[in-house]
Amino acid sequence: MALVEIKNLEAAVGGKPILKGIDLTINPGEVHAIMGPNGSGKSTLSSVLAGRETYTVTGGSVLFDGKDLLDLSPEERACEGLFMAFQYPVEIPGVTTSYFLKAAVNAIRKHHGQDELDAMDFLKMVKEKMALLEMDKTFLNRSVNEGFSGGEKKRNEIFQMAVLNPKFAILDETDSGLDIDALKIVANGVNALRSPERAILVVTHYQRLLDYIVPDFVHVLCDGRIVKSGGKELALELEKRGYAWLETAAA
Amino acid sequence: MPTDEGTIETLANQEYKWGFVTDIEADALPKGLNEDIVRAISKRKNEPEFMTQWRLKAYRHWLTMTEPKWPNVKYPKIDFQDVIYYSAPKAKKQLKSLDEVDPELLRTYEKLGVPLEEQKIFAGVAVDAVFDSVSVATTFKAKLAEMGVIFCSFSEAVQEHPELISKYLGSVVPYSDNFYATLNSAVFSDGSFCYVPKGVRCPMELSTYFRINAKNTGQFERTLIIADEGAYVSYLEGCTAPMRDENQLHAAVVELVALKGAQIKYSTVQNWYPGDKEGKGGIYNFVTKRGKCMDSARISWTQVETGSAITWKYPSVILQGDNSIGEFYSVALTNHMQQADTGTKMIHIGKNTRSTVVSKGISAGKGQNTYRGLIKILKNATNARNYTQCDSLLLGDKCGAHTFPYIEVRNTSSKAEHEASTSKIGEDQLFYCKQRGISLEDAVNMIINGFCKEVFRELPMEFAVEAQKLLGVSLEGSVG
Repeated sequence: MALVEIKNLEAAVGGKPILKGIDLTINPGEVHAIMGPNGSGKSTLSSVLAGRETYTVTGGSVLFDGKDLLDLSPEERACEGLFMAFQYPVEIPGVTTSYFLKAAVNAIRKHHGQDELDAMDFLKMVKEKMALLEMDKTFLNRSVNEGFSGGEKKRNEIFQMAVLNPKFAILDETDSGLDIDALKIVANGVNALRSPERAILVVTHYQRLLDYIVPDFVHVLCDGRIVKSGGKELALELEKRGYAWLETAAA
Repeated sequence: MPTDEGTIETLANQEYKWGFVTDIEADALPKGLNEDIVRAISKRKNEPEFMTQWRLKAYRHWLTMTEPKWPNVKYPKIDFQDVIYYSAPKAKKQLKSLDEVDPELLRTYEKLGVPLEEQKIFAGVAVDAVFDSVSVATTFKAKLAEMGVIFCSFSEAVQEHPELISKYLGSVVPYSDNFYATLNSAVFSDGSFCYVPKGVRCPMELSTYFRINAKNTGQFERTLIIADEGAYVSYLEGCTAPMRDENQLHAAVVELVALKGAQIKYSTVQNWYPGDKEGKGGIYNFVTKRGKCMDSARISWTQVETGSAITWKYPSVILQGDNSIGEFYSVALTNHMQQADTGTKMIHIGKNTRSTVVSKGISAGKGQNTYRGLIKILKNATNARNYTQCDSLLLGDKCGAHTFPYIEVRNTSSKAEHEASTSKIGEDQLFYCKQRGISLEDAVNMIINGFCKEVFRELPMEFAVEAQKLLGVSLEGSVG
């Protein structure tokens, strides 16, 4: 069964239509990349899937693991195993990363009727994941994203993904603002999290990230529609030719 | 999918939990204020002549004063002749032990979670409970007495230790200080008294619990704490009141005296009834709190203010002695129609004096929150240092945050720093938390607690937990 089944999805922000009928099916274990020029609706798609209230779904349906995704609140989606790595992770002053993550882990466990993790078990689990992203020990005691460099913020997102162990992860422009070293660390983290049970949707403007996180499928989004789909070689073609030839096709 | 607004509305309707009324016969003086009432209060309390005279002096001075108009709060004019200035639970005889306290009263404190009974000895907190205007029980007195610590009601101190009272009463907040403090000086009926002798470290947290029960009663309590040279004491104060439609007046005075090398830590969790959502009822909290530090002494005020319709208070420190330290850590929350004008005054007189001010204001609903602070560094206070940090957090768009810092530095070797910020709990922050599976309420709580962290860590452990819960309850449903 498909993990994510998006059918004719339409969405608007402030009355302006952005998504104009998206169809996309993602199976467990697959990595899909969504590419497209600025303003094509890439980030809107991520936000709509995660349940951001500023976007209004105006048509279509999304099934997630057999459930009607659009009927769930953002926190229910998260508890059901949907994770989004943010393009701009927010800062939460005074709240340590460990406190924040423990709250998240336990909210999700509670949702599934599991006992909450105590501080010791939590710490043990978290330390293993920190090694994966080459993170410093002091990191857990720092306030969430406060004073983090761009690279640290993005690493933190993937670290959270590792801890929360989602079924479906959306990486929203994770490569933006990363230098090449940070990009490699982040990509290694993501690759380590690839598994037959998990699907990943990589949303990106540039092909660069896809050199490190190699997708199974690439889709090109233009003006709110997927105008072309293909294998990983499509990304390379886009790198060479740009988006213009597809934009004319869309129009 | 319910909107945040809807969820929040439901949560916001949480009732004030401490709003019950205890049915107890009260011995009250008639409404209104004149010299006879002042004399009658003094007489009821069987006070020595110097006290009666002090009260009368205050009363006569009060007649010449007018209500302060400068605070950034709005309320209808108070009719001071419409207030009962003395109300006491009727006691048939002198109370010898806790067993003789009216069981109804004990049940009230039980409901409030005050560990009044000695069986709760493990709590390790000595409690003096003030019900309406009189102090009803002081626990752990004997144990404290062994170390020479005096902890009793103010009335008792007047009887047992008149020399300490006449020496220190009004020494920090003089009878003529301000409108409400002067009123308090004339009519105060009870309060707590504490004296920690030279070099003694008080072995337990001392605690006073205030409760206004009777209708139309003003509560005018007076607290005096003296830490003799090198002594240490940590003092906690908690407050609640029943829900009533009328506004009730609370005009307290707290005086702290920290002699050479002494340290006083004074923590307050104030949860007076804030009135309903439309602003009906609630406590007018007009309080004067001030401490005086002699050489190398240290006074810390920590307060978490979530209650009262109006809060008007500026816990202050006079840094009289050289090398003395004053600290003020505050969280003030206003929700619905609450108004708070609060802050501190740090008066640097001695050399090398230091002060730290950390103020966190949270406004929700239509709440108005004002920080007002004075840092005054006098000419001889060379090398004085002040650091002030003043942060405001807004929830929603109908509330307000205001900051009025006054800084006066009269010498060139001193340094005063002021940092201020105003932020809003953003949709982005909330969405980020929700995307990780954290519910809206938990997310708001987490963000607020993070915001208040620097203040909470100054509170004694059990108080900090209570304060966090209280903020959660007071804020439920205020985001939208």
